[in-house]
Order: sequence, then structure tokens, then C-alpha cells
Amino acid sequence: MINFIFRNIWQRVILLVFISIISHSVIHLAPGEPALVDPSNPRMKPEDIQRIRAAYHLDEPLHMQYVFWVRDLFTGELKSFKDNQPVLEKIWDRFLNSLPLFIVSMMIVWFLAFPIGIKAALNRNSKFDRASTFLSYALISIPGFFLAYLLIIFMVKTFDVPVIGMRTFGLEEAPFLFRSMDRIWHLTLPALISAVGGVAVLSRYVRSQMLEVIHQDYMRTARAKGLPEDQVIYRHGLRNALLPFITMFGLTIPGLIGGSVIFETIFAWPGMGRLGFEAILARDFPVILTLTFFSAILVLLGTLISDILYGVADPRIKL
Amino acid sequence: MDEQIAADALAPSKGIFQERWAILKRNHMAYASFWFLIALFSFAIMGKVFTQNIIVFDPKIVRLSEKLLPPLTPYTSKITPIEDAPAMGIYLLGTDELGRDVFARMIEGSFVSLTVGFVAVGISLTVGIFFGGLAGFYGRVNLGFITVDTLIMRFVDIMLCFPSFFLILTVVALLPPSIYNIMIVIGLTSWMGIARFVRAEFLSLRDQDFVTAARSQAIPEWRIIFIHMVPNAIAPVLVSATIGVATAILTESSLSFLGFGVQPPDATWGNILADGKTFLFDAPWLTFIPGFTILFVVLAFNLCGEGLREAFNPKLRSTP
Repeated sequence: MINFIFRNIWQRVILLVFISIISHSVIHLAPGEPALVDPSNPRMKPEDIQRIRAAYHLDEPLHMQYVFWVRDLFTGELKSFKDNQPVLEKIWDRFLNSLPLFIVSMMIVWFLAFPIGIKAALNRNSKFDRASTFLSYALISIPGFFLAYLLIIFMVKTFDVPVIGMRTFGLEEAPFLFRSMDRIWHLTLPALISAVGGVAVLSRYVRSQMLEVIHQDYMRTARAKGLPEDQVIYRHGLRNALLPFITMFGLTIPGLIGGSVIFETIFAWPGMGRLGFEAILARDFPVILTLTFFSAILVLLGTLISDILYGVADPRIKL
Repeated sequence: MDEQIAADALAPSKGIFQERWAILKRNHMAYASFWFLIALFSFAIMGKVFTQNIIVFDPKIVRLSEKLLPPLTPYTSKITPIEDAPAMGIYLLGTDELGRDVFARMIEGSFVSLTVGFVAVGISLTVGIFFGGLAGFYGRVNLGFITVDTLIMRFVDIMLCFPSFFLILTVVALLPPSIYNIMIVIGLTSWMGIARFVRAEFLSLRDQDFVTAARSQAIPEWRIIFIHMVPNAIAPVLVSATIGVATAILTESSLSFLGFGVQPPDATWGNILADGKTFLFDAPWLTFIPGFTILFVVLAFNLCGEGLREAFNPKLRSTP
């Protein structure tokens, strides 16, 4: 077990090195440089640009820039081009903002998808099954921001839910209880909308997994020995159907960055996706690179966790 | 002669595609989606011809006196010259903030959006089949300390670690804006699944008799790969490509929303929708028409792809 984990971590570290090299070269080989962002700015004299270029090692050859980037990243001295703030601190701040949104929407996804999927599988070809199948296809097919706008109009008109930012402006002095309620109220709509796609996909998976186990011999045996139907389905069926979802769980972790760009932009949520979008607009290379690197770490971490959990949960797999 | 008859009697009464077609037909949703898509393709191609050659369909005519008219408004303006009148004298789907005919723009957008989807998937298919085939066929070849298979599959792993939408956004934003860049970038970031698929198929095909027979006739290896093996592995790949087109159309619309999609004056469903959102309350049709078009088309692609997948994979068939 320990051996397995170490070998896995070692392989992933090697992958990470290659990922950092590739992302570094992709971003630096693309035309357009940070010093070119505003060439018409009269306050930018050639010597200023020269100073900036020197400060950020932009005149060094590409492989040296890579070395500088890695060194600065690990000593924590990497600075953003845009406002000269330490990159790691910026990302950490935004990470703490993204995290509650991610956790709440994941909870919505997992708590909704399982009942829907199980019910659809048990009543196969029923009205509920057909409706949920069609609805989940429709939700996968709709552009996320279009759905968000539709929901915003509907929800704001009926429930008066706030749709901008994380907290109400001017509520900083309020008691803790009010502040946290305000935070949760602001969280509702963004979390709900980021969860919609996930519910659609996951409930389909749950349904097909349940369908696979439902006709197994051990289910028939369990029924034959007179167990109550609930116990047959949830103890014998669901437990066996659950295994693949361990993998799914690990794979949702990278959604923290990638899936959130659009929703965080719509709801002005100061999370990591929006940080990335702002960095792209400003050609803030250190932030873009570090974010890509960070999300690659999340992906690898997710697969590592799911590999380990899989080994723990399924006795048939020998590590 | 007798042998001939015996062989005829043994031959399956229906070809493989006829059989699959019959299965697809049973799935009403998928079957309907299939014909919907066929209709859409012909519509898009006709629209391309019309917008290019017939002036009344020109989506680029600006009529500032006619802006933000709701759908089905008849053309009555005295100010706009008569040769700029919309087709059939009616704004079928209204006009936008510059007085452009939304119907003509949607027609043009159909062609561009579908092109983006198909070219992007074409690129990812090409790259995916190439790498997957290489890894599957030459997998055992040793390049010093590493086999071809390990090399390619580790590269696939690396590509899978990038957050795909974020990567697409970064590259599209850094490159000069152009519709070709968008297609290429979407294509180059979505070939990994296909490569894995083709590799798995090739691993099972590699040692089958027809490949050995082909080798024994000294047929060149590239011919074995592309003429003998790829056609045997392609059906499930093409099925997942159908769903890939849907994803590419959605990705393009998301890019448009962030302002990095296909740039004007080219119209796509995505950028009509993204431009329309500013006028959500004054001119809701600018949001709803392209939004629901994308929804229906992507839904049709998904349902059709799912139906085809079921037809081509006996294990997934719902009727036992």
C-alpha cells in the first residue's frame, strides 16, 4: 500500500514537471507580451518598458525564464505583472472564496443526483425515467450562461435573491449571524446554477450503474431469501453500484478552477476562475501559469485520491 | 455453383449498417434528431448560398432606423431604401441593435457554428486517430528506454491534466482573434479521449487474423493501419465524435460570452446570443432565439449520438 502510494506520487511529480514545461512554453511562445499591453500609453517610456522587462526577466532566453519562474514559485516570491502582489497569496485568497461555492454546489449535485438516478433506474421506462432522461439531456445541451440568465430573471423576480458578489455592501459591521446568513443567501444562486450540469450528468451515471447491478444474481438471491425490498436495493444494490463514483469524486476536484470561469464572471464572484479570466485579459503570465499549474496539481491529486480510495473500497483490487 | 448458393444462404440477410439503422429507428428521439440534423445541414448550406448570392438575405445590412424591432414586424419603413428590405418584406425574427435582420444572421450563423463544430471535431479526430493508432500499432516498439505506447499515453495523460476550458481561453486570448484559431484550439484540446479509444480498439485488432493475413502479403504498414484497421475501429469513434460536435458548439458560445469567440462581422449562434444579452429586457428575442436554437441543435446532436452509440454497442441496448 505505502509502496503503491509512493510510486503513484513519484509518477505524478514527473508528469507535473512536463506539464509545467509545456504550459510555460505555450504561454510564452504565443504572440503578445505583457509590455505590449498598452503601447499607446504616453506614460510608458521606452526606458520604463526596459526596466519592467528586466525586472521580470523577459529578456532572458525561454529556458532561463522557466528556471526563474520555478525558483520564484517555490520561494514564494513570484509577483504578478499587474499589481506586483505575490501570486501565491492572490491565488490563496481567491481559493478560499471559490471553496464554499464549490463545496455547496458539489453537495447539491450529490444529494440530488443519487435519488433521481436510483428512482429512474428502479422505474425503468416509466414517465419519471423518460422525463428525467430528457431533462438531463436538455440541461447538458443548454449553454451555461443562457441558463444562468433565465434563472436569474426568474429567481430575482420571485425570491429577490442577490446575484452580484459575495456579500452585501455595507454589512461589514453587522453581527456574525447576519453576515453569515448574508453570505449563504449570496451563495444560493451561483451554487445552484453551477450544480445544474453536474446533477444532469451524475444522475445519468447513477441510473446506468444501478441498471447494471439490478439484474445481477446476488440481487435475485437477496430477494429469494426474503429480504425487504429496501434492503435489497440499498444494501445489496446501491453499495455495489457505488464503486465507480469513487473515481468520479476524485475527478470533480479540478472543477474548482476550470468549470467556474463563466459562472464566476456572471455572478461577479471573486473566485479562482475569475482571477484566471482577469489575468488572461491583462496578460498576467505569472498568474496564468501558476493557476494552470495549480489546477494540474488538483487533477493529479484527484486521480491519486480516487486510486487510493478505490483500492481501499474494493477488496478485489490488489495494490 | 453449389458452393455459391451455400455461401449466399449463410450470408446475413441484412448488412451491418442496415441492422444498426433498424435499431436506431426504434429509438424515436434519436431517429427524429437524426432527421432534424439532416434538415439543419441542408438549411445551413442553402443559407450559405442565399446569404452569399441574394442581396435580401444579406446579414450585414445595417438599418439604423429599424433597430430592435420585435419578430414578425412587416417592413414599412420609408427611410430605408427598398433594396435593403428584408426577405419577403417581413422581419421574421426581428432586428438587432443595428437594425440587422436577425433571421439572416441566424442563417449565416448556422453555417459558421456548424463549421466550427465540424472542423474542430475533424481536427481532434485526425490527431486522435493518428496518436491512438500509433500507440496501438507500434506500442511495443522500444525507443531506447521507453516504448512508443508509454510515450504517447503519458503525453495524453499530460494533456488531460490541463483544465481544458481555461487552456482554450488562454490560447484563444493570446493568439490574434480569428475563427480558424478557435477551431484549431478546440480541436487540439479535445483529441485525448479519441486517442485512448482508438488505442484500445487497435490493441484488440492488432493480433487478429485479417491483420496477420495483410502482413503476410507484405502490404505496407501504413496501408494496414489506415486501410485495414482504421475502418474496423472507426464506428464507435465516429459516434463519440457526434457528441464532440455538440461540445464544440457549446464551447464556442461560452467563448463568445467572454468576448473571445468568433469576432464580428461573422455571425455565429454564440455571438448573437452573447451580443443579445445586453438587451435582455428591451429585446428578449435577441437572447431567446439563439439560445433556444443552440439548445435544440446541441440536444439533437446529443440524442442522435447517444442513439447511435446504443445501436453500435450491443451491451447498451435497452431492449433485451
